[in-house]
Amino acid sequence: MRVMAQMGMVMNLDKCIGCHTCSVTCKQAWTNRAGTEYVWFNNVETRPGQGYPRRYEDQEQWQGGWEINKRGRLQLKTGGRFKRLLSIFASPVQPELKDYYEPWTYDYKTLIEAPLGDDFPVARPKSLITGEDTKITWSANWDDNLGGASEMGHLDPIVQRIRKESEDKIKFEFEQTFMFYLPRICEHCLNPSCMASCPSGAIYKREEDGIVLVDQDRCRGWRQCITGCPYKKVYFNHKSGKAEKCTFCYPRIEVGIPTVCAETCVGRLRYLGLFLYDADAVTAAASVPDEKDLYEAQMDLLLDPEDPAVIAAAREQGIAEDWLEAARRSPVYALAKRYRVALPLHPEYRTMPMVWYVPPLSPVVDLLSEQGHDAEDRDVLFGAIDALRIPVEYLAELFTAGDTEVVDGVLRKLAAMRAYMRGVNLGRDPDGSIPEAVGMTEESMYEMYRLMAIAKYDERYVIPKAHVEQAHELEEIGCSLDFEDGPGMYDSGPFGEASGRPVPVAVENFHALKQRQTTDRPAGDEELRGRVNLLNWDGNGTPAGLFPEKRQEPTA
Amino acid sequence: MDVLLWGVLPYLVLATLVLGTIWRYRYDKFGWTTRSSQLYESRLLRIGSPLFHFGILMVFIGHVGGLVIPEDWTEKVGISESIYHFNALLFGGIAGVCTLVGILILVVRRRRTGPVFMATTTNDKVMYVLLVGAITLGLWTTLVSVGAGQEAHNYRETVSPWFRSLFTLQPDVEAMAAAPVQFHIHVLVALLLFAAWPFTRLVHAFTAPVHYLFRPYIVYRSRDARTPAPTGRPRPGWSPVGTTDRDRSNR
Repeated sequence: MRVMAQMGMVMNLDKCIGCHTCSVTCKQAWTNRAGTEYVWFNNVETRPGQGYPRRYEDQEQWQGGWEINKRGRLQLKTGGRFKRLLSIFASPVQPELKDYYEPWTYDYKTLIEAPLGDDFPVARPKSLITGEDTKITWSANWDDNLGGASEMGHLDPIVQRIRKESEDKIKFEFEQTFMFYLPRICEHCLNPSCMASCPSGAIYKREEDGIVLVDQDRCRGWRQCITGCPYKKVYFNHKSGKAEKCTFCYPRIEVGIPTVCAETCVGRLRYLGLFLYDADAVTAAASVPDEKDLYEAQMDLLLDPEDPAVIAAAREQGIAEDWLEAARRSPVYALAKRYRVALPLHPEYRTMPMVWYVPPLSPVVDLLSEQGHDAEDRDVLFGAIDALRIPVEYLAELFTAGDTEVVDGVLRKLAAMRAYMRGVNLGRDPDGSIPEAVGMTEESMYEMYRLMAIAKYDERYVIPKAHVEQAHELEEIGCSLDFEDGPGMYDSGPFGEASGRPVPVAVENFHALKQRQTTDRPAGDEELRGRVNLLNWDGNGTPAGLFPEKRQEPTA
Repeated sequence: MDVLLWGVLPYLVLATLVLGTIWRYRYDKFGWTTRSSQLYESRLLRIGSPLFHFGILMVFIGHVGGLVIPEDWTEKVGISESIYHFNALLFGGIAGVCTLVGILILVVRRRRTGPVFMATTTNDKVMYVLLVGAITLGLWTTLVSVGAGQEAHNYRETVSPWFRSLFTLQPDVEAMAAAPVQFHIHVLVALLLFAAWPFTRLVHAFTAPVHYLFRPYIVYRSRDARTPAPTGRPRPGWSPVGTTDRDRSNR
């Protein structure tokens, strides 16, 4: 047993209101750059819907993830190593820009600079790729809130599959439809197929926290990872010619603060914490023959952080005590394994994803209250879960490779929790038979309720800092002079847009930011040297450098 | 003049190639990429790119065979000059034509597809001229040889000994000087291309991912120990959206 730690995330879909705040803040933090205009490390999809890029879940077309080959071995869906190397010169199934969308801006200048005339000036959309006028025909969330679902709903690959497999029809008529939101980031898989398909070996998994990153200095732009990832969460920066992906905001995680998407989530639906898993068992778990067993196989990988044998093995691997403590307090472990209410997204891709979802009960509840039922009565809810097969099947295609029983169990637990807690809140005697009916005790049901309903910041985000002994390595090394006047200072180096001084995936990490905010002079600005940074001025007195020095008036 | 061209220039080119590559690798790992444009257009690329790349790989193998292996070695294993020559012309010709057609498709695609053309730098354009030039001139030597039939010039008595002598540091200038003019021009353009190589996108060839066949699928790496200090200025890869080259009014 080789115990490794993995940062994971759980999203409670019942709470997602589809406001896209996570997407916007993520984009502002990471992909507001040339070359990544079309890139959303975090995006929120309305389901049913085609997703972003369009129909990415159709692996017959996009060839992402793993499959079991004829000899029963785990293999990338695009084929063996040799075959993949031969197809390197033109990636066979890479999505094109039109499968994402053509990013655009507006010609705002004409609004204020247009000459006087009879017509109001209009800001026309301009493509950010060609700079030409463009027609906006698609975007990252074009089918938001089922927009156009009556026309295009059948293009959702999961809708297609359900329609093929059963007689049930998913209805897109207004009264009969259902929907929920699915926020997606990189899954930071235990068995990542993007990593396996990278010819250069530039994508790596961090030993300490399992975050999957692209080494920007090693990436050569072979773009095989884009095909390899079944979630299509590796993107091609068309200006630098390199692959980029969600970084799990590692500079923030390292200093113990949550990812931007989690921090800014309005519904507070994201949980962050550690998993301990057995790295030696990953390939075997990903190779189980039946897709429906993959969820259980993945659960078996997650180790119980309370188990003395696991703790001993973890210590042997050099996992620090504060990390083990964090693993014991981990909200994601609790939701995924202790209560078994969080499910992995598309386990059938065999990548062992580490971003988990609590499936939404709300489509069921909403329908019941609309029909005048008591939506929190146990019997009504349980009956409804059975009756509403379509949402359950749809959720099963997303989270359990089509196994409705597991989803059913999770929804029942969530329903039981509502019914049980309502009894408690109304001052009735707690009904112990409710938790029992879903295989839980009253205590664990109450704990689950606490975690899902009222957990505060520190309980939702249990993030151990990068280990103390290595902390000095996270401090800034080198001074800003290293970077001045280097040839890499310019937007475009002599060898094309991407060239210049080597820089790893770079935003300032927390320390760098702190340094910049607490230093008394901005880097590299001679004019301002010796001046007080007003952001740090405490308002007391007039320290030297508060005001600029008087200029010598030239004497005539 | 001959000494300068065939005795001095090759060493200058070699030095530029080696030192330039080392320098680029140290200074510009971030810019070391294929700079693929498949995201913009992939229909033509899917035809042109494999055609060109597999063609150029065959051409490369052919050159190694012709330049490095001495004539008397092949004769010892019973391959006469005429058989060798016929095969070289046949397969070399096929590979060369594939390469040329491939790169022509790619160049046309580059010119005709708006976003791809916009992503083309001056550096790329110079590189394309040299590359297409070297390929065309190479095919020209082949064509001349085919035209000459049995009288064709045997470059394995002139160019090849000169090439090998370069590496023993005693360049056989006279041998090269004795070769016909089409070989001279082809070699000169190729030397120019090699000199420019480290400074163009062609460097991606030096990092051909052969080790992919042998590495484990899952790569674990320890956290990077160093993080860059803030500079207060945008770093490569962090230029703002809608940079000048995208804004037509500023051009």
